[in-house]
Amino acid sequence: MSTEKSEVWVTGIGLVSSLGEGLDTHWAQLTSGKTPVPSVDTEHQSPYPVHPIVELDIAAQIPKRSDQRQMGPWQHLGTYAAGLALDDAGIAHDADLLAKTNLIVAAGGGERDIEVDTAIMEKVSTSDNPGVELNASLSTELRPTLFLAQLSNLMAGNISIVHGVTDSSRTFMGEETAGVTAIETAVAQIQNGQGDIFLVGGAYIAERADLIMLMEFGHALWSGDHGSVWSREDTEGGMIMGSAGAFLILESRTHAQARGAKPHARINKVVSDRCTRQAGAARKVADSLLEQICDQIPEGPLPVLSGCSGIQPQLAEERGFFDSLSERGFDPSIRGVTTLFGNTMEAQFPVNVALASLAVSRGAFFDPFDNTGVEQNFSGKPECILISTWGHWRGEALGLVDTPDVPLRGDD
Amino acid sequence: MGRPVVVVTGIGIVTTLGEGKEDNWRNLTAGVSGIRKISRFSTENLRTQIAGNVKWEGEGPYCAPAHSIALAKKSASEAIAQSSIGSKGSFPGPLFVANSPAETNWDQRMAIYDDVAGADSVGYERLIKIAAAGDLTHYYSLFQFGCIAENLADEFGTKGQPISVTTACASGATSLQLGVEAIRRGDTDAALCIGTDGEICEEMVVRFNLLSALSTQNDDPQGASKPFSKARDGFVMAEGSATLVLESYDSAKARGAKILGVVRGAGERADTFHRTRSKPDGSAIIDTITRSMADAGMSPTDIDHINAHGTSTPENDKMEYLALSAALGSDLDNIPISSNKSMIGHTLSAAGTIEAAISLMTIHAGVIPPTINCLEQDPNILMDVVPNIKRTQTVNTVMSNSFGFGGQNVCLIFSGEPDQG
Repeated sequence: MSTEKSEVWVTGIGLVSSLGEGLDTHWAQLTSGKTPVPSVDTEHQSPYPVHPIVELDIAAQIPKRSDQRQMGPWQHLGTYAAGLALDDAGIAHDADLLAKTNLIVAAGGGERDIEVDTAIMEKVSTSDNPGVELNASLSTELRPTLFLAQLSNLMAGNISIVHGVTDSSRTFMGEETAGVTAIETAVAQIQNGQGDIFLVGGAYIAERADLIMLMEFGHALWSGDHGSVWSREDTEGGMIMGSAGAFLILESRTHAQARGAKPHARINKVVSDRCTRQAGAARKVADSLLEQICDQIPEGPLPVLSGCSGIQPQLAEERGFFDSLSERGFDPSIRGVTTLFGNTMEAQFPVNVALASLAVSRGAFFDPFDNTGVEQNFSGKPECILISTWGHWRGEALGLVDTPDVPLRGDD
Repeated sequence: MGRPVVVVTGIGIVTTLGEGKEDNWRNLTAGVSGIRKISRFSTENLRTQIAGNVKWEGEGPYCAPAHSIALAKKSASEAIAQSSIGSKGSFPGPLFVANSPAETNWDQRMAIYDDVAGADSVGYERLIKIAAAGDLTHYYSLFQFGCIAENLADEFGTKGQPISVTTACASGATSLQLGVEAIRRGDTDAALCIGTDGEICEEMVVRFNLLSALSTQNDDPQGASKPFSKARDGFVMAEGSATLVLESYDSAKARGAKILGVVRGAGERADTFHRTRSKPDGSAIIDTITRSMADAGMSPTDIDHINAHGTSTPENDKMEYLALSAALGSDLDNIPISSNKSMIGHTLSAAGTIEAAISLMTIHAGVIPPTINCLEQDPNILMDVVPNIKRTQTVNTVMSNSFGFGGQNVCLIFSGEPDQG
C-alpha cells in the first residue's frame, strides 16, 4: 500500500432542505446581507416546531412512477438529493463511472404509515384478545411496498436502482454519528486507495409523528416558538427537527483530474469519538479531537459550522469549546446550522460538509444565521472551515473542509 | 510491502442450536434443526407460525434491541475470551456491528398506549402526550438506531465511534468487510466485528409474509427450511449472533495469539434490477463472487467448499446456483456447497457473521456441515449440496455468500493456515 495519502475532493453536492433545493437557492438565502429567515411549521406537529421539506418535483430525479411508488417521502428525498449530487458532479447517466462509484448512506428508518398504526392501536387497545387482534390487523392493514419503504438499507437500494450506482453499497445507522462515520469512512477509503469515487450522504424527514414520539421519550424536543439554537443556552434545551437531504460526491484528486472535474473543496480531516455523556465528557472528547487536527488549521479568523442539537448540557459544553478556540490562536465565526435547518439527524454532518464546501467553492462565508450576537461576521475568503457535529444522544465529531491548490468550481 | 494480512483470532456464536462453538458445532454436524413453532407471541391469524427464536432472557416483555444486545454480548464475550486480546472491558480497536433497524415495537407501543394519561386522544398524539408527561427515557436510548452498537462499545471498551451497518441479509458480511478494510488501511491492528439479530416479532413476520418471502410449512417446523430442495417455499426467520475478532497477521503473531484462519478476500457489487430480486442474468452476484476471488488472488480451483447464502426461497437458491455456475464454471462440480440456514434458519442481519464463524469452524474440523431437509433436490440445481449428512473432508478454503434485499451483495473467502511467515 502506498504511504502517500490521496487528497479527497468534493466534486458534487446535492442539497435539499426546508430552505429550498440546490446550491444557488441556499447560497442566495445565506449570503443576502440580511439574517436568513428559516422555514418553520408550528402547526402539524404542534407543540413542536419543525422545518418542513420544500415541495419536490420527484419525477425530476425519479422519473419512473413504478420507482416512485416503492418509496415514501424519506427515500424520495434521499434518492432525489443523491441525483442532484450526481448531476452536480457531471456523472449522472455515465454508466461506466457509476458502475465504479461506491455508495455509503447514513440512514434512519423509513416512514411508518401513521394512519395504519393509529387504526391498529385503537383496535388492539379495545380488544379482549389483543395478541390475536394485533396479528389480524397487521395482516389486513399493512401493504408489501410499505415494508420496503421502511427498510433502512432500501434508500441505498433505490439509489442503485434509480441512478445506477453499483459498486460497493453500505448503509450506516446511528443518528448524527451515522452521517459522520459515512463520510469519515469514505474519506479514509479514498485516502488509502480503497476506492476512487464515492456517493455519500443521508436524509431526514422531520414531519413524522413516530420520530417525534421517539424524541419525546427522552424529552429531547423544544416546544413552543422557534428560536435560534443559541437562544436555548439559558434553558433546559431541546431540539427542533429539520428535514433535509444531503449527498456528496467525494473523489480522489487523481481521479477527478483525470476526468477533468474541478473541486468545490477538499475534505482535509474527519475525526470522531464517543463518550457516555457524563457532564463535561463531550467537551473533553471535542478537545482531544481538536488536538488531532489543529496543526492543519491556520491561525486567525476561523469560520465554524456547528450542528449543535440544542440538547443540554452539550449545548453549553459546545459553546465552551468554541470559546476555548481563541486560546489556540483561532478567532471563530460560528454559524449554528441547526438554527436555520433544524437538526437533520443522519443528514446533519453531510449538510455541514455541503455548506462548508459551498462556502469554500464560492470564496465567501455566510452571514450570521441569527441576531443573538454569538455569530460574528466573517469577511474575506474562507480557506479552512471547521465543522462540529455532536450527536443529540451520543457521538462527537469535527471536520476540516479547506481549499485545494487548484481552480475551484465556484471560480467558474 | 503488501497490504496487511487479516487473520481471525476469536470466534463466538449463539444460535437456536445453542450457546457457544461447541454446542453449535455438535448440532450442525449432527444435522439438527433449531426451528420451532413460535411461542414468544400468539401466532393466530399469521400465515407463518414457525421461526428460530433464541429465548428472551431479559426483564419484562420481549424487546427487540435489548435482545439483540444480549445475544451480541454472548457471542462477543466468547470471541474475545478465545482471542485473549486487550484487557477486560478494553478491546484495542474499533467496533463494527451488523444489526437490524429495530424500531419501537408493538409490545412497547401498546404498553404506552394503554396508559390512562392519554385517554382523551388517539394514535401518535396520544403516545406523544404520554411520553411528554412521563419518564420513558429508557425507550429513548433503546430505540435510537445507534443504541445496539453504543451498548456494545460500552461493554467491551472498543475504541472510537462504533459503526452500525445494515445491508439487509448481507449485513454481517459487510461488518467483516469494514473490519478487513480498516486493518488493511493500517488504521488499526484489531477490529471487533459482530452480527446480531434478535428481532422476531409479529410485525416482522407479517411484513416478510407480505413479500411472500417466508416458508409457511408450519406443520413441520424442523423440515421447513429446505434450501436447494424442490419443495422449498421460503426462508425461516431466526435469531442469533456471531462475533469475529480480526487482527493483522503481524500483530497477532507478535502477541503470540493462536490464528484461527485468514480472511483472504472480499467482493461486493450492488444490483440495480429490483428491490427484492437479482438481475435475471445474475450479473451483480456473479461480479460479487468474481471480485472476492480476485481480491483473494484465487481461482475457482482454490475453493474447497462454499457456505451458501442458501435461504430456501425459490428465487435465491435458483439465482445463487446460476451465479456460482457462471463464476466458477465446471469447477463447481467438484465443490461441496452447504446451507447452514437449513438448520439455523435465516438470521438476517447476523447471518453473514454466523456463516463466517461456521466457515472457519469447518476449516478447523475438516468436516462440512450438511444441508438438511434435502429429500428431493431441485432438479434444476445441479450442485453437490452435501445433502442431509455431514462430510469429512480436508477444507483449506471456504467461500461464504451473502445476498441482501435491496441488492447489496457480499462474498467473503476464508482459509486456514496463513501462507506467509
